[in-house]
Amino acid sequence: MCINCGCAPTEGAHNHHHHDHDHGARTLRIEEDLLAKNDRLAAGNRAQFAAAGVFVLNLVSSPGSGKTTLLERTLRELGTKWRFAVLEGDQQTSLDADRIAAPGVPVRQINTGAGCHLDAHMVGHGVENFDLPGTDLLLIENVGNLVCPASFDLGEDHKVALLSVTEGEDKPLKYPQMFRAAALMIITKTDLLPYVDFDVERCKAFARQVNPKIEILELSCRSGEGLAEWYGWLEEGVKRKQEPRAESQE
Amino acid sequence: MHELSLTQNLVAIAEEHARKAGAVVIRSITLEVGELSGAIPEALEFAFDVCSKGTLAEGAVLTIRRVPGHGRCAVCAAETACHELSAVCPACGALGFELATGTELRLLELEID
Repeated sequence: MCINCGCAPTEGAHNHHHHDHDHGARTLRIEEDLLAKNDRLAAGNRAQFAAAGVFVLNLVSSPGSGKTTLLERTLRELGTKWRFAVLEGDQQTSLDADRIAAPGVPVRQINTGAGCHLDAHMVGHGVENFDLPGTDLLLIENVGNLVCPASFDLGEDHKVALLSVTEGEDKPLKYPQMFRAAALMIITKTDLLPYVDFDVERCKAFARQVNPKIEILELSCRSGEGLAEWYGWLEEGVKRKQEPRAESQE
Repeated sequence: MHELSLTQNLVAIAEEHARKAGAVVIRSITLEVGELSGAIPEALEFAFDVCSKGTLAEGAVLTIRRVPGHGRCAVCAAETACHELSAVCPACGALGFELATGTELRLLELEID
């Protein structure tokens, strides 16, 4: 330990010039998580969503796994049943927001610029103009990226990871962070299974290796196969989220 | 490349604490990075040079302490090292492994003047 200021010697290079004179040098013990600020903001978002009774999903996947297509189809088929709101995250363009645009569904595009993920701060501002108490389901489409979005809590109820059958079935092992963080994995584009070497059972086993609790659905937005199960999963989540409010209003 | 955002957070947290303590300069920053945290120490170091420019942390020595992955299996009770994010126990192969360390991303200590 340095006798002047009591600082612990650090490994490698150590800057000693400040020990030559009287000064206020000292060591501060911090122990703060680098994501602490994001986590605080995410907790704020989560409280806001809970108070409004909105079920919130953070859709994550690599680019091209079918997040936007799944959103389109879901809005088309359930848009009159529930009140949706959508946040679209992309580095640039409003192409996805334009694609999603459905009558009566508020859609907001967030451009992250150089950023590779959405964070809780962007989402907090992104929902500012949404009527949250008048919303049942908020779907957040994250930037297409299987790495970075895993670390950033947005205040969602669940992360939902999409994986299309045109990708490798070993992706859950290669990108474990994301599949550990997700509550649900959706295997998409299953209508293409006859044409690709994608072993569904192996993929599921890999996902459970990194996350034994993960739920798994398989669907195709093209053939419609498996969509009923996805809608059922959504319905359960919406109901569970609205229960506490319904009780408090009785 | 979320190391850039992480490093921006790091500098912001460091500056906040340093200012509160009345510091005019941050001499060194000690950071704890778990081997399974998903952040690459080299990328953090690279980003630090950029993010610290014009802040109290400019020129500070960044020390990164790497924390190895370690955990316990709920099935066989083995306590072992783990170099992958997985629930598969390295000792018995059952899906019961729970990590205790290795995912840290934490600012530990600042040396200020």
